[in-house]
Amino acid sequence: MATNFSTKLRSPLYYALLSLAGLIVLMGLYAVHLMEDHGHIITGMNNQIVWGVPHIFAIFLVISASGVLNVSSIGSVFNKPAYKARAPLAGLLSIAMLAGGLTVLMLDLGRPDRIIVAATYYNPTSVFAWNILLYSGMFAAVALYLWTMMEKRMYPWSKPAGFLVFIWRFVLTTGTGVIFSFLVARQAYGTAILPPMFIVISFAWGMAVFHVVQSAIYAWNMKTLDEYVQKRMRNLMGVFVIAALYFVATYHLTNLYFAKQTEFEKFILVDGGVYPLLFWVGYFIVGNLLPLLLIYHPAFGSTKNVILASLLIILGGFSLLYVLIIGGQAFPLSIFPGFEVYSTFGDGAIGSYTPSMPEILLGLGGVGISFLISAIGIRVLDFVPREIPKTR
Amino acid sequence: MSCIDIKRRDFLKTSVGAAAVAIAPGMLLFDMAHGKSEPVSGKVRWGMLIDTANCADGCDDCVTACNKENGLSGGLTATDSQWIRKVELKDMRTGRELALPMMCQHCEHPPCVDVCPTGASFKRADGIVLVDKHLCIGCRYCMMACPYKARSFVHEPLHDQNPDVPRGKGTVESCTMCVHRVDNGQQPACAEACPNKSILFGDLNDPESEISKKIRTVASTQVRADLGLNTGVRYQGL
Repeated sequence: MATNFSTKLRSPLYYALLSLAGLIVLMGLYAVHLMEDHGHIITGMNNQIVWGVPHIFAIFLVISASGVLNVSSIGSVFNKPAYKARAPLAGLLSIAMLAGGLTVLMLDLGRPDRIIVAATYYNPTSVFAWNILLYSGMFAAVALYLWTMMEKRMYPWSKPAGFLVFIWRFVLTTGTGVIFSFLVARQAYGTAILPPMFIVISFAWGMAVFHVVQSAIYAWNMKTLDEYVQKRMRNLMGVFVIAALYFVATYHLTNLYFAKQTEFEKFILVDGGVYPLLFWVGYFIVGNLLPLLLIYHPAFGSTKNVILASLLIILGGFSLLYVLIIGGQAFPLSIFPGFEVYSTFGDGAIGSYTPSMPEILLGLGGVGISFLISAIGIRVLDFVPREIPKTR
Repeated sequence: MSCIDIKRRDFLKTSVGAAAVAIAPGMLLFDMAHGKSEPVSGKVRWGMLIDTANCADGCDDCVTACNKENGLSGGLTATDSQWIRKVELKDMRTGRELALPMMCQHCEHPPCVDVCPTGASFKRADGIVLVDKHLCIGCRYCMMACPYKARSFVHEPLHDQNPDVPRGKGTVESCTMCVHRVDNGQQPACAEACPNKSILFGDLNDPESEISKKIRTVASTQVRADLGLNTGVRYQGL
């Protein structure tokens, strides 16, 4: 298998994929150059929709970077050998997605050249500033964890390092959710349910990403995933998808109960055009119903179906973030409750947003960076899970 | 006295004179550029009381004055900066209609300042909320946090800026309460331009100021007072 593995990885296809990802990253960088040159006028973002597609990509990658570590946490903290064998791969994916997401977030800034200012001037009350520490700490914690798993002399430290990562990722995803829950005046945000919702969502999306990557690696190496491991991981993903749906449903039901929020919910769930469509079709049907059917229906459940389910969960994730981030901003701020409002600055009006090519390329560039780091990491270091059949 | 001594003395005189001539304008400009040397006082809290009953329908003199004073284009697309805007309101239950100017409310507890990662959004001791153009990285988190939609992001390169009001592409900006005028003892441009004197500017901390006296006698409200931000801009007749 070893020779097969190396010949396969050296195959032209591998380099073609790397080149493609490299090209996507270059296109993303070119988009950044254009945005730097012309300003954000060439994006779809404006003074009402201030965060757009780049933020959707960035937040998806950061949340999944935390969620993918489920696999290592279950292995190291809860002592499941089947997951332990996959912990290094999960660590690598986490670092890769974190790097991709943060690059997008950084390069979308109005002044990315001033990123050093973010490190040298620190406002302790800003959750963004906390996140700078949380993200860089996450890199360090996961790198340490990988070291304890890959260096024999460090093996005894792998459990404490795994525990550190386990705690850090909870705090990190909380920090990401808190970015939104601290927004007191926005009807879509400003609720304490968002951090736990983000945590549970991260479990589902992280597992989906892990399934896709693991399946790709196994197919590439012509290995078959152990039936027992596959079943365990598949069912776990299903549970996470249901739990995430529960949080999303609770969030909307709570809003529906508050009279002051019903207009917003009507907009997001019924008459807001693209947002209800993405919520019901993109998130609910494609991102939940179909994957759950593929996971739990006795007629399905094969590896191919699990990959398909994972891809659908990822698509559903993007849909949900679009609704939450763009839809949440498109709904007008309630500055004068009880009044019909009109102004030249979009008061009382639904904000319009059409994503432009440069911002989409920037987002895809982040995915490209994650792919490059993962693909090169798997190629040069020992990240392919070693099968321990019939383990519990 | 030898010939050399006299030459030396002349040389020194000329040098000192030349140095003085060279440095003096620089010193003068340095002083001008740095403005007043004493810090802003926390004893003052600048604020505004806006009488909506006097705010004439269709009049936007305050908006025009603001644009002119601060070098804004006056464009009305979704990507143009609008530091002050005229908002038309209609009570959904009673049908009562009114209009008012809306801008940064210069909160005592500004959410924009809380969320800014670099501290670029800050509140001066005298209550004026500003953005430090050198520290703003353009993350737009303050725009997400502001309950009043008071902030704009500079989406395009800028030309012909007003030297008193520096702006920058890729940074966030909003009403400065015309801080450059206030520091010179003048009124903000909008207050000065209002034909009906509907915008009363003054020190909320001085019990003898016109604004304090009026706030004591007429009913005034803060927009979204439920948020507890204690705004510096108050409205009468809302």
